[in-house]
Amino acid sequence: MSLKSDLEQLKEKGLAQIKTVDSTKVLNDIRVSLLGKKGPITNVLRGMKDLSAEERPQVGSFANEVRDSLTEAIETKKQELQTQLLNEQLSAETIDVTLPGRPVEIGTSHVLTQVQNDIEELFIGMGYQVVDGPEVEEDHYNFEMMNMPKDHPARDMQDTFYITNEILMRTHTSPVQARTLEKHDFNQGPLKMISPGRVYRRDTDDATHSHQFHQIEGLVVDKHITMADLKGTLEVLAKHVFGADRKIRLRPSYFPFTEPSVEVDVSCFKCGGKGCAVCKYTGWIEVLGAGMVHPNVIENAGIDSKIYGGFAFGLGPDRFAMLKYGIDDIREFYLNDIRFLHQFKVED
Amino acid sequence: MKISYKWLQEYINLNENPDVLADKVSLTGIEVAGVRYPDKGLKKIVVGHVNSIEPHPDSDHLNICQVDVGESEPYQIVCGAPNVAAGQDVIVALPGSRIADNVKIKKSKMRGVESKGMICALQEIGFPENVVPKEYANGIYVFTEPVKIGEPVFKYLGMDDAILDFDITPNRADTLGMHGTAWEVGAMYHEKPTFEQPELTETATKAQDLLKVAVENKAVVPGYYLRIVENVQIKPSPMWLQIHLWNAGIRPINNVVDITNYIMLAYGQPMHAFDYDKLTRKEILVRDAKPGEVITSLDGEDHQLDPEDIVITDGVVPTGIAGVMGGLDSEITASSKTVVLEAAVFNGTRIRKTAQRHNLRTDASTRFEKGIDTASVTAALDAAASLLQQLAGGAVAQGVLVGNDIHPEDAVIDIRLDRINHILGTELTLAQVQAIFENLGFKVTVSDTDLMTVSVPPRRWDISIEADLVEEVARMYGYDNLPATLPKIAMTPGKFNPQQRFIRRSKTLLQSAGLSEVISYALTTKTKAQQFIMTADTALTKLDWPMTEDHAYLRLNLVSGLLNDIAYNVARNQTDLAIYEQGRAFTKKAGEIRPVEREYLAGAVTGLVSGDNWAQDKQVVDFYYLKGILNTYLADHDYTGDISYVANTDRPELHPGRSADVYVGEEFVGFIGQVHPAIAKAYAIPETYVFQLDLSTLLTLPTTALVSQSAPKYPATSRDIAVLLPDTVTNAQVEAVIKRRGGQHLQNIHLFDVYAGKNIEAGHKSLAYSLTFQNPEATLTENEINEQMTHITDYLTESLHAEIR
Repeated sequence: MSLKSDLEQLKEKGLAQIKTVDSTKVLNDIRVSLLGKKGPITNVLRGMKDLSAEERPQVGSFANEVRDSLTEAIETKKQELQTQLLNEQLSAETIDVTLPGRPVEIGTSHVLTQVQNDIEELFIGMGYQVVDGPEVEEDHYNFEMMNMPKDHPARDMQDTFYITNEILMRTHTSPVQARTLEKHDFNQGPLKMISPGRVYRRDTDDATHSHQFHQIEGLVVDKHITMADLKGTLEVLAKHVFGADRKIRLRPSYFPFTEPSVEVDVSCFKCGGKGCAVCKYTGWIEVLGAGMVHPNVIENAGIDSKIYGGFAFGLGPDRFAMLKYGIDDIREFYLNDIRFLHQFKVED
Repeated sequence: MKISYKWLQEYINLNENPDVLADKVSLTGIEVAGVRYPDKGLKKIVVGHVNSIEPHPDSDHLNICQVDVGESEPYQIVCGAPNVAAGQDVIVALPGSRIADNVKIKKSKMRGVESKGMICALQEIGFPENVVPKEYANGIYVFTEPVKIGEPVFKYLGMDDAILDFDITPNRADTLGMHGTAWEVGAMYHEKPTFEQPELTETATKAQDLLKVAVENKAVVPGYYLRIVENVQIKPSPMWLQIHLWNAGIRPINNVVDITNYIMLAYGQPMHAFDYDKLTRKEILVRDAKPGEVITSLDGEDHQLDPEDIVITDGVVPTGIAGVMGGLDSEITASSKTVVLEAAVFNGTRIRKTAQRHNLRTDASTRFEKGIDTASVTAALDAAASLLQQLAGGAVAQGVLVGNDIHPEDAVIDIRLDRINHILGTELTLAQVQAIFENLGFKVTVSDTDLMTVSVPPRRWDISIEADLVEEVARMYGYDNLPATLPKIAMTPGKFNPQQRFIRRSKTLLQSAGLSEVISYALTTKTKAQQFIMTADTALTKLDWPMTEDHAYLRLNLVSGLLNDIAYNVARNQTDLAIYEQGRAFTKKAGEIRPVEREYLAGAVTGLVSGDNWAQDKQVVDFYYLKGILNTYLADHDYTGDISYVANTDRPELHPGRSADVYVGEEFVGFIGQVHPAIAKAYAIPETYVFQLDLSTLLTLPTTALVSQSAPKYPATSRDIAVLLPDTVTNAQVEAVIKRRGGQHLQNIHLFDVYAGKNIEAGHKSLAYSLTFQNPEATLTENEINEQMTHITDYLTESLHAEIR
């Protein structure tokens, strides 16, 4: 039985040694010295041939047991030491996470584009097409088709940059509507469109006037379009742009190309309608013009106004942006001070 | 138009808070820009009687006045007005009173003399300068009619009123007269207005014996009527008339002029009065002006007349510009005795052009150009004559002199109820609609259950078609009461077209690459408009009548706008800039009128990509920085053609050694380069790199349709090669050779080093490439690759005289 007690002793001693080891190298030495070919356990197993047949399996199994428990202890210790080593290494690699990151520049979209995209996407979602048209227009499309024959006093309301008597810089995006209406085949369905773009007026540039600005006009023509539909559509627009709580109101107005014509006010998004500096203490802000398409405009496009009719509206992205972001000088949009432009990061 | 609430009350039964009325008018018909209460904020301003005055001992212009203000003792008030005199009834601001602009009046001493309050001018109690009668313009106001001492002055001056400022749209000129306004407001309150037409007594003298009248061009003067009033005594108008005028914003002048203005305000009918005795030929001939004729208008200005102007003449010489302003020669003066009154209808367009041409926009011209009530012309003339009789002691000669007689007719429009409901989306009843029309003074006959025949008087000349009547119903019913619905029509797909998607994608790409969008002016100077043009054979387009030379030409390029923006920013110490613009250039062939609009895309970078920081050195923009962005952008579109850059030394605005034309396949699509230092200097900008692309061309180029492929299963192999070349050989040439001889498995050519200098022969450079080979079907063998590399090196040596290093 001395072999067994030797083994017992070996195990005790070995386990104690392993426990105190603090480096993988020493641990490896211990493994070699205990479990290696020249180690004591191998020796014990070699000495088994001298044992009786009864003792041999007992001692053998005990020796295996001792070897297993020592192996396991070494393995566990090894893991422990490696983890410790890694932790030390990671600790040494610590950086100051508050140092700034390497700069990456992303460009911004112009605020007017943001406003325009936002409105375009709203109307695309409602089944409208977005139609572009020429900025240099014919008097015919800019005025005459829009029920403003030569000498019409309303032409004075839109001071015009002429190139020749017949060619001009468009004063609104309505001519795009006239062109589209003229070509539209109602057998293919109703006409639902918006026409965004740059427009020009013969104005002196100041805080509230610009000889170049933007417009988005909308037009819906079919057999059964009502003014109630116009009101509903503008409500959707106003809530989308200025907030879900907004109300609108229509006031009579005059445009040569619509009849009835209305100005559209939205309840003040700043004060909610109680009255403040933004709405000049009225609770309402004038945001766009609209109306039912004038029968002459329908007829000018070669369409029977007794059967077809519709609504139209026009708004200014410049004005919308000024209202929405509290910009008080329209020239800011075209001077392109990078500090001004970079404020508008979010396309919402 | 300034609308007096009290004047309105003369015609309709109106009992509404003026602010509420203003809101209601705004929502029903005409925008009310504001309501002014003339006595608002004023207090303790009363009528005083100047008992006596004596000069202030220490002043050469002040007077010490004893003023009865209705209290037991008169107040001593020091007054500096030149026109103060004993016996006057005046406006007194008592101590503790508030006058205009919220100024408080206190008891004070003026040069040692106690003064209890102030004797006021009209301006001091809030009258606008331009309505104060001339005789009181530089002094205190003196009452000319009986007033009660000590009473507040407001009622005597018509200040206990509310003035609504109607902002009239061009179609609603009917409210440029109080009668029309009364109809409009009355309709809102279901009140029918009543107008009293003053009685007129004529003398035995026949007007036709005194004056001949003729209209030459009847087409532009559809109505022309005159009356003659004799023995007129020129004097100030009575208080009630003066009040009506100044509350409407018109300065009282004398009874004759005031009456013409009053009639214009009441009827909306411009009137003119001229002095009969100054008509040398006792004849009125209305005709088109003759070239070279000159007239001096009432305001003393000389006008060169145009044949498109209509003039009133005495048979030969112009005495007035019809519908715009009278002539100085026939002006009513204090000595006028016999007055010729004119009420007419002139062609609106003619009058508008004349007013524009002579820069003479008057109350009369505004009304004629916008349209007047042709049915009340003679009523207005008679009323004016009657008032001259009453207020100027005039004797009205018998008969109206008619130059041209107008026959106004109602507009008769048929409209069905269901048509109205169909357009408005409402369910109004016949009774509702009929009431609206009748309240507006339109006659309605109903037949065929829902067919209405509506007669609209000439007063509402703006109504001529069905849609006009629909508007009347809509606004009177109230837009607030309209339902809000969405169109219930066939579905239509909403989507952007290819060009719109392309432009949106372009913007997103450039922004991702760090460029910010700008929007510049499309109208610019002649010089800037024609810089950076894409092709030489393009002509400029000029505005016919520009506002300024800065914005006189349509741009042929977008780059000059970007450079303006860079200059603006650099001047404000913003020196690191990366910007782009997408917009139109207006190109055209010489001789054409209308330009072709092409969508361009241009970018510009200057300064630093990123500054020095703790982690990395600063990076300065250069040609290759912008080229990298441009190439990434172009590569995104998967064009079938190769993208290539060809050096171009001839673009005048670009650095000759640092600019390239950009091609996709064989197609020229734009350029990239450094702004020529001379141009940069002219713009006052630092070193700047720009590109410009013609999107309209790019959009037409064929692209490769995507067929997806699995990720390669077999490994790629790469080989490096360095070649020594003369300086003149370009990278593009080398790559072309490699590509041509690289075989079908050459996948990528990556230039990783460019070197010249030490150990390199002068005039030479070394280019080092990493070539990647890959066969999707199998692993390439060493031999296969070696064979390909031999082809490449042989050909490089042969064709480019390259030395393989």
